[in-house]
Order: sequence, then C-alpha cells, then structure tokens
Amino acid sequence: MSDVPPAIEVSHLVKSYAGVTAVNDISFSLARGEILGFLGPNGAGKSTTMRILTGYLPATSGHVAICGVPVASHPDMVKRHIGYMPENNPLPEDMRVSEYLYFRGRLKEISRSKLGSRIDEVLELCDLKRVRHKIIGKLSKGFRQRVGIAEAILAEPPVIIMDEPTIGLDPHQILIVRDLIASLRGRMTVIISSHILPEIEMTCDRVLIINQGRVVAQGTPSDLRREILGHSSYEAEVAGDLSGLPDLLAAVEPTLRLATTGEPDALGFATLTMTTASDSALGEALLRTLTGAGLRVRALSRAHPTLEDVFLAATRRSWDVVASAPAPKGKTEKLKG
Amino acid sequence: MKHFFTLLSHEIRMLLVNPGTYIAATAFLVFMGFIFTGILESYSKTPQETPPAQVFFQFFWLPVFFMVPLLTMKCLAEERRLGTIETLLTTPVTTTEVVLGKYAAAYCLYVVLWGATGGFFWILHRFAGDARILDSGPLVGGYLFISVSGLLFIAVGVFASSLSRNQAVAGILCFTMLFALIIGGRFLQEAQWLDREAFTPVKAAVDYAQIFRHYEDFTRGVVDTRQLLFYFSGTVLALIFSILGVEAKLLHS
Repeated sequence: MSDVPPAIEVSHLVKSYAGVTAVNDISFSLARGEILGFLGPNGAGKSTTMRILTGYLPATSGHVAICGVPVASHPDMVKRHIGYMPENNPLPEDMRVSEYLYFRGRLKEISRSKLGSRIDEVLELCDLKRVRHKIIGKLSKGFRQRVGIAEAILAEPPVIIMDEPTIGLDPHQILIVRDLIASLRGRMTVIISSHILPEIEMTCDRVLIINQGRVVAQGTPSDLRREILGHSSYEAEVAGDLSGLPDLLAAVEPTLRLATTGEPDALGFATLTMTTASDSALGEALLRTLTGAGLRVRALSRAHPTLEDVFLAATRRSWDVVASAPAPKGKTEKLKG
Repeated sequence: MKHFFTLLSHEIRMLLVNPGTYIAATAFLVFMGFIFTGILESYSKTPQETPPAQVFFQFFWLPVFFMVPLLTMKCLAEERRLGTIETLLTTPVTTTEVVLGKYAAAYCLYVVLWGATGGFFWILHRFAGDARILDSGPLVGGYLFISVSGLLFIAVGVFASSLSRNQAVAGILCFTMLFALIIGGRFLQEAQWLDREAFTPVKAAVDYAQIFRHYEDFTRGVVDTRQLLFYFSGTVLALIFSILGVEAKLLHS
C-alpha cells in the first residue's frame, strides 16, 4: 500500500493575484477513498485552492499532485483523474440533460459503447431519470445541482472536487446529495467545500478549515473539537445556595470549572455552564454531587460543541493572529511622518 | 486534436437546435434576395458590361459587417459569462481545441449561409433560360473569395469574442475590426500622406491588404497565392491571439 501515492498532495501552495495573496502556504494530503471537507469564510481561498487542484489556474508557487501526477507539469493527465463541479455549477442553458452528459462523457474520453450505460447509471444514482429529456435551463435548482454532480462522477474519476455542492438546496435535496457523496466513500476521493457545517460533519472523514489563505485547523471533526475548543461543557439548571459550588465541582473532576452563572428565574433556578478538560462522561457523578449537596437540579446536559463552534473559534483565532501581527511597513512609516 | 470533432459536432448541433440560427438565416437570405432582385432590375433596364454575379459579390461587405459579429460574438464570450469555460477546460480539452471547435462551427454556418445564396443563381438560370447571363467564372471566383475571406473574418470575430465576457462588446469590437480591415485599407490607400518616400513599405503593405482588390481579382478568375497567403496567415494569427486571449483571461481571472 505504501507505494501508492496519496490521492491529493498539496505542499506549500501559494497563489497571489495582483498583489493579493489568496492562498498562503497551504499544505495537506489526502489518502484514496477519503472525503475531505473544506471550510472557510467567504474569500478564504477555498475556490482558488480547488481551481489550482484541477489545473484550471496555475499556482504562484508550491507543489500539487493528484494521484502522484504533478498538476503544474502534467495538467492534461491530471484532468483525466478528476471530476470537478465549480462554484455556482455553471451549465449550458439550452441542452437536454442526457445530451449534456453525453457531450461531457465524450470530452472525458469515455468510449461511445460504454457511455450510454454509464449515463443511465449516473442518472439513476442522482435521481435524474425523470428529467433526462428536459432542457437544463428549465430545471429547478436542485435538479441542476444534481446534474452537476452527475457530470462530476460521470467518468468515475479517482478524485472528485466539488465547490459548494449543496448550496441553494432544500433539506430533502441536501439529504439526497449527502447520501450520494457518502456512497462514494472508499471508491473515490472527494473534496467538498461548504458553508453548511452539519453537512460537512456528517459526510466528511476529515475537515480542513482555512481562513485568509492559511490552514487554521485540520483533522477529524472530533479531533478538531478537542483541539480547538479544548474542553467539553455541561449545562445545568440548579436552585439553591451556589456559593460552595466551585469546591464541589473540583471534587468531581479537578479541571471542572464553573464558566457562567445565569440569573435565577422566578422559581429560583439558575442556568450554570461548566467546562472541563476531561473527555470522560461526568454527568452521573455531577448529578449525584449536586443533589448530595442539597441543591435542586431541574436539568443537566452535556453540551455537544458543533463544528460551527469549532469553525468560529478557529477562524476567530486566526484573525486574532493576523490582527496582532506587526503592521505593514508602509503604515508605520506613515505614522512616523 | 482528439476532442476537436466532439466539440465541433456539439457546436453545430447547438446551432441547429437554436431557433435564432433559422431566423438569422432567413433574414440574411431575404436581405441578399433584395440585393439580387435590385441587380436584376437594373440589368433589365439597361445593358451592363459586368456579369450579375460580379455585381452581386461586390456587396459582400454588407452582410459581413452584420453577420460575422452576430455569428461569432457569442462563442467565447458566452462561455465565460456563464462560467462553463471552467467546466470545459477542466476536462482533458485544450484551449486550442475549444477555440478551433467554435471557429470551425461558426465558419461552417457562414459558408452554408452564403452557399444558400447559390439558389438565387439557380433560379435565374432556370427561368432566364439564357446561358450568357450566368457566367460560371465570376460565380465560382466569387464563392471562392467568400469562403477564403470568410476564414479571416470569422477568425477576427472569434478573437473579438475572446476579449470580452460581454457579447455586445465583443460584437461591436468585431464590427470595428472588420470595418478597419475592409474599409480602412481602402481609405488608407487614398491617403496623400502615405505617398511620401519614408512610408513606401507601409504603402506597399496597404496595397497588399486591399480586400476589395482581392475580390476583383477572384471574380476575374485570378487566384493569387499571395492573396491566399494573406487570408491564411491572417486567420492563423487571429486564432493564435484568440487562444492567447482565453488563456490570458484565465491567468488574470
């Protein structure tokens, strides 16, 4: 297995347009069959990175290889290894779905004899059979999106790159797309970018968060949660004398701390948030301790930080880094003057 | 060049299913028909020295100014505006193949439209019953001129289309370039200031690029290889610039 190159290998990738650095020293690699979620706020450099991966845009510096083939020197080879769905999924307006897939299949060098059955297969897979003879310009957004996905997987490339495949879909269609992507797991390497974080969390094996052209975090969703947030937290609604609470909590788990205390409501119940560095479940011990100390507990739950929290924390952290960096030269000179 | 025929057949198919193509073709034939009947009327009134075919092809520039921008302005500008150029160029297709495919499709339509005007001469031949009216020399020469000069005109249109993502801008750009090419040469030839000694090479170049003179030669049956070279080299140059235009836009997009 070790002699098989990773599906995607990116090292020290830099892309700058007219003085603006869109992608700044990104490195990552992706094994075959993995699904990578690409996260980042608008303008973080997601689309640019994806375009460089496809060979559509040249990189300023750095090395990118798809299935061991360097993109910069063999863009034609790379294009045979990828299926790409760009942002906003541009499609010709005046073609029928099956015609479009046939045309794209021929461009992707699928032989005529195989193409017919392969088109039937992807139409089935993407639930497009009903609209196969419809004109693309007249399809709804959900269908168009699925036509884009069908096109990307048409030639069964080892690597599939999709830029925001679920944008503008309704929850039902998102579910279909998510299942579709999940069904590719193990067979194809997939990179998807998205703003919808639960999507990424559910479908992706690994997540890469980038902000302002830099990787700010990468790993599995649970790794990221631990790494970025560094704690799990509990929420409780408690009534009674709360003055001895910190000591009680320390007795349960040394790192357990009271983070916030809400105002008591009409019945005297206050909402408490407690955080701990420990990963083990403390719910039962916590409940026993609180009730044992004579406090009345109405609710206790362990808060599951979503990927959203991780994303916000990670991007905020990277902005802080940028903000605290020394000011550019021009600015300081101006101040001196 | 593996994908050239896939792209070409796709483009031609898209032209054939587009109602706009038929409307444009009908309008073109109606327009040319008017010119043709106008010529025949003048022939019926007074005897003329030149055969009607020669007079008919004299008006080649009129449809060229309107047809060529309309045929070509869409080809690359539309792809870029819709963003489909991105999906197109991320398949194993080269920019050269894309540009050549679009160019060849537009040229085919151009030639077919002009070819349809052959019907006028057939009708004339059928009903006039006079072989003298229809001299095959100027006719063949005229169509040869149209097909050879069309190579360059369409290439200029494709080049204009590669420069802008706005179809209207591409169309106007194409019109301006064709105008400069066809009328500008004639205008420069008559310019007094070019007669000076220092401008002799420029004058020679302008004389060489007289499209109206090429047309006269062709319809007289003179096929000069220098003129063919002018159109072929111009075509190749315009197509190379179109390819560079598309790629340059990618680099700076």
